Amino acid sequence: MMGDQEFTLLICGILGILVVASLIGWLLAWRKGNTPVIINLNERIKAWWMMCAVVIVAIWSGAVGAIILFALISFLALRECVTLTPTRRGDHEAMFWCFFILMPLQYLFVGMQWYGLFAIFIPVYVFLFIPTRIALQGDTRHFLERTAKIQWSMMIAVYCVSHVPALLMLEIPGFTHNSHLILFLMIVVQISDVLQYVFGKLFGKRPIVPKLSPNKTIAGFVGGTLSASLVGMGLWWLTPFAFWQAFLISIVLTILGFAGGLCMSAIKRDSGVKDFGAFIEGHGGMMDRMDSLCFAAPVFFHLVRYFFT
Amino acid sequence: MDGLAPDAIYSASFEGERMKHSNPDSSPVIETASTAAEQNISVIPPAEHQPLDARIVAGILVFACRLLTGVRARWLQPFDWTKPQIFYANHTSHLDGLVIWASMPQSMRNRVHPVAAADYWLSGRIRRYLAQRVFKAVLVQRGRVKNTQVVNVADQVDQVGADSNQSQSSGGHERRGVLGLREMSAILERGESLIIFPEGTRGNGEELGTFRSGLWHLARQFPAVSCVPVYLENLNRVLPKGSWLVVPIICSATIGRPLAVVQDDEHKTGFLTRARQALEEMMS
Repeated sequence: MMGDQEFTLLICGILGILVVASLIGWLLAWRKGNTPVIINLNERIKAWWMMCAVVIVAIWSGAVGAIILFALISFLALRECVTLTPTRRGDHEAMFWCFFILMPLQYLFVGMQWYGLFAIFIPVYVFLFIPTRIALQGDTRHFLERTAKIQWSMMIAVYCVSHVPALLMLEIPGFTHNSHLILFLMIVVQISDVLQYVFGKLFGKRPIVPKLSPNKTIAGFVGGTLSASLVGMGLWWLTPFAFWQAFLISIVLTILGFAGGLCMSAIKRDSGVKDFGAFIEGHGGMMDRMDSLCFAAPVFFHLVRYFFT
Repeated sequence: MDGLAPDAIYSASFEGERMKHSNPDSSPVIETASTAAEQNISVIPPAEHQPLDARIVAGILVFACRLLTGVRARWLQPFDWTKPQIFYANHTSHLDGLVIWASMPQSMRNRVHPVAAADYWLSGRIRRYLAQRVFKAVLVQRGRVKNTQVVNVADQVDQVGADSNQSQSSGGHERRGVLGLREMSAILERGESLIIFPEGTRGNGEELGTFRSGLWHLARQFPAVSCVPVYLENLNRVLPKGSWLVVPIICSATIGRPLAVVQDDEHKTGFLTRARQALEEMMS
């Protein structure tokens, strides 16, 4: 991992982009003054610096660093999901299990590279355990809703996110640095978010689902997806894919990223909140940053596993 | 210096009320309890600076609190920190005091004292250490007290009846007064702030219980001090009554606008209703 040329090249690239973005932000603030949009933009850029630094350090430090980082991300994301779902006193013990026993176990299986259990632990065992534990408490009011919502939170915040560090356990012939796959995934998905936003702001006219999210426009979606896929294609040297494979995979990832953002917007709109939380300044909560990644990660994991191992 | 006579013995009941009022004509009021077991002294050092170990433990607790609850304080209006305040909040969980205390700006944490139950916090070394050295809490006793002698209660107080200048034995029936009023007054006299929970006990998080009268007595005794409602949300989901398990949930502490000062002719129930309404308004 250390002294690995592609990694260093990538870091320089990311650093370059961040520096350019910061300069643009300062320039805009200097020329146009501190409007709320520009303040938000600069807050976001600052948060990007932090997030890149954290992710890079975690991945550079090895498998354990990556697993701990994503376990923490799951913890914060789960906390946000659970806060939004209307739970009752009868769910308290089941939720304690989720946070402090089941979530760490999922990451333990990732660390042990135990694919068989990692892939089914939450969809099967946790899925059966949660309703049982809640039923044992005796409160049957909205029983199915409560169970379903907690299970959904576990799937999104823990199961999907855990597929990112799980990339480290794949054995790809002729390819050793799986951490690059993590970087590839995260870069393509996050760039797709940013580019969809930028294209939307510049060219967006017709919203795709106006009732749900007036900010997601057709121009934003098409422009953002295509440009992010080109970025992904440009990163083919990080991965075991050929450049056209990188392009196709990136298209899938960006579409899934869009789907993830859409679904989370639907949940937020139903709950009447604008953001999942306020953990990351300028962006909202952890879920607001991870929503695209949650949908893209499991599919990416399985695509790579199916085609490349 | 802080108005506490070192050998003063206090006993009070959280369930009942007893009025203690410093009599301007003579020495401070002393209540004597009939049994030594009801003795409770909480000595609070002046807030000069916090010792290092207390600061480290406080830092750890605040960090754990943030990890569990992600709590951020929302201030509905900018604050005048030069005056003492009485923060009163809804009570749903053992974590309430910690959360409000952790939402205060760090420089103020030294000078904001949560009011807590002595029977719980004095039992056990860790609790004593936390309550006295880290939080600098004001500890007051709970439980019904009988056979209490009251000396020199000033007469502008309670409808229960002012006493004359002689000690009276209550002989089996309970005198009503406010517990810990003396310690709380001492804090306010020093120019520092209090955090109290007027409901007296943890509720279920849905409605507010009836307010005890401590807030009223303090507000009347110190008209220069503002009473500020604090609404704590979701803490009953983190550590509900009846469970020792914590579940991380994002909570919020909303610190509202100070109440209007107690009027001279305002009655206790009027004031407490007004205080309660101010808190209820923040709940919606």
